[in-house]
Amino acid sequence: MKPRLIVSRQMPTAVGERIRAEFDCPYPDGLDMDVPTALQMLRETNADALLLTSHLKLTAEVIAEIPSHVKIAATCSVGFDHIDVAAAKARGLPVTNTPEVLNECTADLAFMLLLNAARRGHEYEAVMRQGWRRGMGMGEMLGIRAWGKTLGILGLGGIGRAMAARARGFGMKIVYCNRTRLPPELELGATWFADFREMLPHCDFLSLHAPSGPETKGIINAETLALMKKGAVFVNAARGALVDEDALIAALKSGQLAAAGLDVFASEPAFDLRFAELPNVFLTPHMGSATTETRNAMGYRALDNIAAVLAGKPAIDPLWS
Amino acid sequence: MTKPVLLVTRRLPPAVEARAERDYDARLNVDDTPTTPASILAAAAGVDAILCCTSDKLDAATIAALPASVKVISTFSVGTDHIDLPAAKARGIPVCNTPDVLTEATAELSMLLVLAAARRAGEGERIIRAKAWTGWAPTQLMGTQVSGKRLGIFGMGRIGQSLARMARGFRMEIHYRNRSRLSPELEEGAVYHDNDASFLAASQVLSLNAPGGAGTLKWLNAERIAMLPKGAVVTNAARGTLVDDDALIAALRSGHVAYAGLDVFTGEPALNPAYLTLENAVLLPHLGSATTETRDAMGHLALDGVDAVLAGRTPGNLV
Repeated sequence: MKPRLIVSRQMPTAVGERIRAEFDCPYPDGLDMDVPTALQMLRETNADALLLTSHLKLTAEVIAEIPSHVKIAATCSVGFDHIDVAAAKARGLPVTNTPEVLNECTADLAFMLLLNAARRGHEYEAVMRQGWRRGMGMGEMLGIRAWGKTLGILGLGGIGRAMAARARGFGMKIVYCNRTRLPPELELGATWFADFREMLPHCDFLSLHAPSGPETKGIINAETLALMKKGAVFVNAARGALVDEDALIAALKSGQLAAAGLDVFASEPAFDLRFAELPNVFLTPHMGSATTETRNAMGYRALDNIAAVLAGKPAIDPLWS
Repeated sequence: MTKPVLLVTRRLPPAVEARAERDYDARLNVDDTPTTPASILAAAAGVDAILCCTSDKLDAATIAALPASVKVISTFSVGTDHIDLPAAKARGIPVCNTPDVLTEATAELSMLLVLAAARRAGEGERIIRAKAWTGWAPTQLMGTQVSGKRLGIFGMGRIGQSLARMARGFRMEIHYRNRSRLSPELEEGAVYHDNDASFLAASQVLSLNAPGGAGTLKWLNAERIAMLPKGAVVTNAARGTLVDDDALIAALRSGHVAYAGLDVFTGEPALNPAYLTLENAVLLPHLGSATTETRDAMGHLALDGVDAVLAGRTPGNLV
């Protein structure tokens, strides 16, 4: 008999096909569920496992209501801000995420934001949507060339290193801030700063690739923005919580920052609408991992975790141990 | 000593205008009024040199009518299609341009088009700007992954080679089509194709980086588009004339070409209006060289040419 699975969110077609083949699931392509619906479905189907995404908030109260026949909750995401891991551990419920598989794809998007911010992608696209119809002066609406500049990276993990590899192709110099210095084979010539504030005056571009947490919450604020070079470009495809958005908007209006590329916001999808009025930002709706290849890989990775735990093996990507 | 007189036909970046005013009796176009042959001739009375742009038409008749005082024409561009070179030669007026300094900025823009098109950046931006974002979903705005794909570069000159170096940082496999094969040290492992069929079949992402002109007119036509893998990404930061617009628009509608990123168009700044109706096309208004660094470098190089000719030297950027 196939294990019983509840999928609380619509999944890519290829992931649905694998769910259909390997699991007993009432909605193998996923169905968008709220928390009460998901809990009810878990109970009614006597489910063995839950596949979720960040839209389903597993608070301590919700975890307490997950029936004991559910052996694993696997989130199809890297981030797990939506899961109270401590509560899951207390209840003995294995929870897993899908790291690594989206590194390349997220770095691609972050670099796309960097280029579009520097080259004024939003403003130029607006010119096109108005029909263009006039030539531009040679000194008009000039952007910033990325080639040969210095890129600062906060968090030189898997995604940060993929970002650095892309930047090197643009002849960029890499500086980075991590708690600990990486070995030379991972650093690849990048310059390490233990202190984020000391790195900032060197950066023509700054891209965030750190997780959110008490150490990094609001790390981009009025004080740190003032330490950057005037006219620098800021990129965030990591987490909105890293940024004090009032300070970011002020820096974009004053010209302290020339431009920003943002894929994440402190509040999503109800992001601060003041961003939508700024000309010098390039904005995307949290689509760092949004390619067919990567979303399939994330779904498969979540299913691999479920299959492992249900077979009595350790989870591949446990969030607690 | 009085400074030589320099006509600057259009507004140029501040650093360039400052140098022009420092070294010359510069006639600037402070309102950036578009020129006509008549307005150029009127402004050229008594000038020693002309610093022009691609928007100025210096045809044979205009060049023939220039005053005898004009000793050099320097264009703020790589292209010289707007200048009748034989007419300038007949008058004995040297022409200078600005090669090489746009290489990185234009290659960078090519990579931007690849990323923005494949990752549906235009659609994402429009959702945000319309304040219509309803939340994250695993299947929302799923584009095509760029990293690890095969990139076909049509035209492996300086810009194509610079794009290849950038794309390798995305772990892309580089294929190219060129009049001749590059030497191994310039090729850096890129795969050369001596025919369109094998080149196009390999190109999951196709970037056009070849010059315009009769030899490449509508090179990307329906027949060649059909040779691309289904779901390919097509970008053009070179010349609009390389593309048969009707064929590309049809392929974007059918999905044979999944996404396109275009910075240049036939007939620009007018363009085929059908492009504006396509969600899967990222469109930019010919901004390949539009960075402060690049435009300053172009202006300085153009002025270097004027300096050299007026000092009796042979400029390095003589056409």
